[in-house]
Amino acid sequence: MRSVRLEALNDFDQWRAAARRLLLDAVPPDEVVWLDPSTPQDLFVTENAPAEVTERKVGVVPQRFIDWAEAGICHSDPERFALLYRLLWRLQKDKALMEARSDPDVGRLDRRVSAVRRDAHKLKAFVRFKSIADDSGLERFVAWFEPEHYVLERVAPFFVRRFTGMMWAIVTPYRSVFWDGESLEFGSGGHKADVPAEDAMEGVWKSYFASIFNPARLKVRMMKSEMPVKYWRNLPEAELIPSLIRGAKAAEAEMIERQASIPSSKHLRRTERQVEDEVPEVEITSLGAARQAIDQCRRCPLYEMATQPVFGEGPDNAEVMFVGEQPGDQEDLAGKPFVGPAGKVFDAAMTEAGIDRERAYVTNAVKHFKFVPRGKKRLHQRPNMGEVKACKFWLDLEREFVKPKLIVALGATAVASLAGSSTTLGSVRGRVTELADGTRMLATVHPSYLLRMPDRAEAERERERFVADLREVRKAMGH
Amino acid sequence: MTQLTLQRKLSILSDAAKYDASCASSGSVKRSSLATGGIGSTEGSGICHSYAPDGRCISLLKVLLTNFCVYDCVYCVNRSSSNVQRARFSVEEVVGLTLDFYKRNYIEGLFLSSGIIRSPDYTMEEMVRVARTLRETHRFGGYIHLKVIPNAAPELLAEAGLHADRLSTNIELPTDISLETLAPEKKPSAIRTAMAHIQAKREESRPDGKLEGKRKPTRLAPAGQSTQLIVGADQATDATILGRSAALYSGYGLKRVYYSAFSPIPDASSKLPLAPPPLMREHRLYQADWLIRFYGFDVDEIVSGGEDGLLDLKLDPKLAWALGNRGQFPVDVNRAARETLLRVPGLGVRVVDRILSSRRHHRLTLADLARMAGSIDKLRPFVEADDWSPGGLTDDAKLRGKLTPAPKQLELF
Repeated sequence: MRSVRLEALNDFDQWRAAARRLLLDAVPPDEVVWLDPSTPQDLFVTENAPAEVTERKVGVVPQRFIDWAEAGICHSDPERFALLYRLLWRLQKDKALMEARSDPDVGRLDRRVSAVRRDAHKLKAFVRFKSIADDSGLERFVAWFEPEHYVLERVAPFFVRRFTGMMWAIVTPYRSVFWDGESLEFGSGGHKADVPAEDAMEGVWKSYFASIFNPARLKVRMMKSEMPVKYWRNLPEAELIPSLIRGAKAAEAEMIERQASIPSSKHLRRTERQVEDEVPEVEITSLGAARQAIDQCRRCPLYEMATQPVFGEGPDNAEVMFVGEQPGDQEDLAGKPFVGPAGKVFDAAMTEAGIDRERAYVTNAVKHFKFVPRGKKRLHQRPNMGEVKACKFWLDLEREFVKPKLIVALGATAVASLAGSSTTLGSVRGRVTELADGTRMLATVHPSYLLRMPDRAEAERERERFVADLREVRKAMGH
Repeated sequence: MTQLTLQRKLSILSDAAKYDASCASSGSVKRSSLATGGIGSTEGSGICHSYAPDGRCISLLKVLLTNFCVYDCVYCVNRSSSNVQRARFSVEEVVGLTLDFYKRNYIEGLFLSSGIIRSPDYTMEEMVRVARTLRETHRFGGYIHLKVIPNAAPELLAEAGLHADRLSTNIELPTDISLETLAPEKKPSAIRTAMAHIQAKREESRPDGKLEGKRKPTRLAPAGQSTQLIVGADQATDATILGRSAALYSGYGLKRVYYSAFSPIPDASSKLPLAPPPLMREHRLYQADWLIRFYGFDVDEIVSGGEDGLLDLKLDPKLAWALGNRGQFPVDVNRAARETLLRVPGLGVRVVDRILSSRRHHRLTLADLARMAGSIDKLRPFVEADDWSPGGLTDDAKLRGKLTPAPKQLELF
C-alpha cells in the first residue's frame, strides 16, 4: 500500500506529477491511499513524506479527461484524487472510457465537475463587493465569499477581465485574491470580519430588489433552487426575502380588489383633444391617400402576419405599370416592391430591354406577403383567388390614379387579377391584349419563375424570352 | 411637486419596469475590460446575480427612464389614464446607478425602457444617450439592452444598435385586433416595421467570413432582437400565439419571444380581466416554443396535444403529443436517430447527446438510461433498451392518468 499526500487542495499539475509516478510504477488504484491535504499533517506518521513525482509523460489520455480532471480536482470531496487516479488507470486499457457517460466512475466525475462549475458560476454571480474609500478618495472593493469547493483560482481571471479598472480583493475561508489594477496575487484564507459589513449602495440595491419583485407571481421554490439558502448570509438583499413573501398575497389581493380609479384631468383633456383631431373616414381621392389608407387594410387575413403592406412605387403619371404577384421576404422587410432576388432579375432584364425602371410604376396584385414560417426562414405561398380579389381594390385605385397606357402583367397571378381568373398566362403571353376598360395589357412570366428553373441552359433560354417580351413592351410604348 | 430622492425614483421606475420578462444577458460578443482598462465584460453566457421570490432572475438593472407616458395601453401600469406615481430619471442618474451597481457585482448591465414622452424620437434619443454615455464616457463593457420605441427615426434605431447588445420591440398582443383594442395608439405594422428595419440594419453590419464555423456576429446589436407578448389579456388561443411566434422567429431573426402572463397591476383598468395570472399557461407556452425551435416540432403538432387550440395545462407539451401519437413509440435507444430520440418524453438535448455518445461504447440498458436521464418514470413507456421493452405499457389506456402529475399543494415558506 502506498500513500500520497499532496500539498495543494486543487492543483492539477501536482496531482498529475504524483499520478505519473504511480502509473510508471504500475501501482493499481486499490493500492494507493490519497491523503486529504485539508487535514493537518501528523508529524509522527511516516506516510507524510512528500509525494514521489515524475514529470515524464507516461501515456496518453483523451482531452476530456484533462478538462474534467482540472475541474474535478477543485471539488471538496476528499476522494477526488483517488477517483481521478482510478479513471486514469482504467483509461490505459479502455481509451474510449470517457465516452461511456453511463459508467459509474465517469458519472461520478461528471457530477463533481458539474458541481464545481456550478459553484464557480455562483461565485461569479453572488460575490458582493463593498466599497472602501480612503482619505485620498481612492476607492477599493472587497468581498467575502464562502464557496463550497476550491474554485477561487478558477474564477479569479474572470474578475480581472470584468473589473480591470478597479482595485479589488475577494476573501474566502481557504484563500484570498487581490487585484491592484495590474497583477493578480493570491494569499491565505481569511474571515468574514476582514471585510466591511456594509456598503453605502446596499440600501439602494435592496429597494431595487423589492421593487422588481412581482408579488402576483410568487415562486419561492424556483428562487431557492437557483439561489440556494446557503448563499443568503452573504447577500445583502436576501434579508428582505421573508417579508416580501409574507406581504405578497396581500399585495396581489389589493391590486385585484382595488377599483380602477378615475383618470387624471390631464389625461382626460388629452383624450378629448385626440377625439377632436380624429379625421372621419373619407373617400380616397389620390395615390398618396391610398398609400396611407392601405396601412389599415383588413380586406383579407394576410395583413396579420406580414410586416407591412407594400404599395406600388413610381411616378404617378407613368406610362407603363408593371404588376407582379406579391411582395417576397425582402420586399416585406423593406416595404418596397421588387427589391429582392426576383427584383434583381427584373432590373437586369429591364436594363437589357432598354426600359428605365425609374419611369415605370411597379406594383403587385397582392400587397401583403403570404408565407409559412419554417424555422428561421419564411417560405413564399402563392396567394389564393380570394386574396387576389380582395386586393384588387388597391390595384384598381393605383390604375385609376396612375392611368398607365400599358400594363405589364408579370406571372399568372397578375394576369388573373387583371383579366379574370379564366384567362391563362399562356393564352396571352408576349402580345398586347385589351382589358375590359380598354387599357392595353402585355403579359409575361414573373421573374421569380426564372430563379426557380433548375436547368441552367433552359433558364437562360427562358430569360432571353422574358427580355424579348420586355422589348415588346418597349415597342408597344412607342419607344 | 416635491423632489423625489434617487432611491424613491428607482423604486417607482423599477416597479414600473418589472412587467418586461426578459432578463437575458447572454449571447453577445466577447468583451473584456483588459482591452480598455475600464470596467465591464461579456463572455457569451450571462449571469443571474440574484433571484426575487417570484423565481425570476435578476441579471440587469431593469428600469424605465420615465413612467410618464402619452399612450393609454389598457394592460400597462404606466398608461396615461393610470394614477400611479410618476418619476423621471436624468440620463446621468441612470448612468451612475448602472456603474455603482455593476462595480459591486450586483448586475451584468442595464435594461432600459421608457414611457413615451413628447415624441418617439425624443424618447429614443434620451435612451440612446444613456447607452452612448456608458460606452464612450465610461468605457463600460457590460451588457446593454435597449427597448425600441416604434416609429422612432431609423438613424436612432441604428445608433441604439451600435451601443446596445440587444434591442427589443414588444409586439404586446398576439393579434392586431387585440392590439388595436387594448393599445389604441400602437400600430401593429409600425412595431413589425421597426423589427424588420433593425434586422436589415443588423445584417448589413455583419462582417464577412466565419468565426468558429458560424457566421460572424453582427456589429449592431450582436445579441439580437427579442420581443414580448402578453398572455391572458385577450381571447387568443395558444395556437394563435405560437403561430405568431413562428412568424416572428422566421421573419426577423428574433432570439427570443417572451410570454408574459397577464399580471394584475396597481390601478388596473376596468377593461381587464380581474383574475390572477395564468402562470401555468405561460410555462406551457415557453415549453412549446422551445420544442418548436430546438426539437423539430411544428406548431400544429404541438397544439394537437391539447384541445381547441389550447395546450394541456396538466401535461408538458411533449408528453401530451407523445400520448396522442403512441404509434411512433416505443423508440429503441440503441438504434434510433437523434431527431427521433429528441421526441421521446423525458429526453432532453443533453441526455440525447449522452445516449449517442455512450451507445458507441456499449449497448444501453434501462439502468444506463436512469443514470443519464435522472428519472425514468416518464421515459419507461416510450423506450426500448437492451433489457427493457414496455410491452403493452405504451398503449395502456390508463397511461395518461398514470403520467399526469398530482396537483401540488401551494408552496409554503
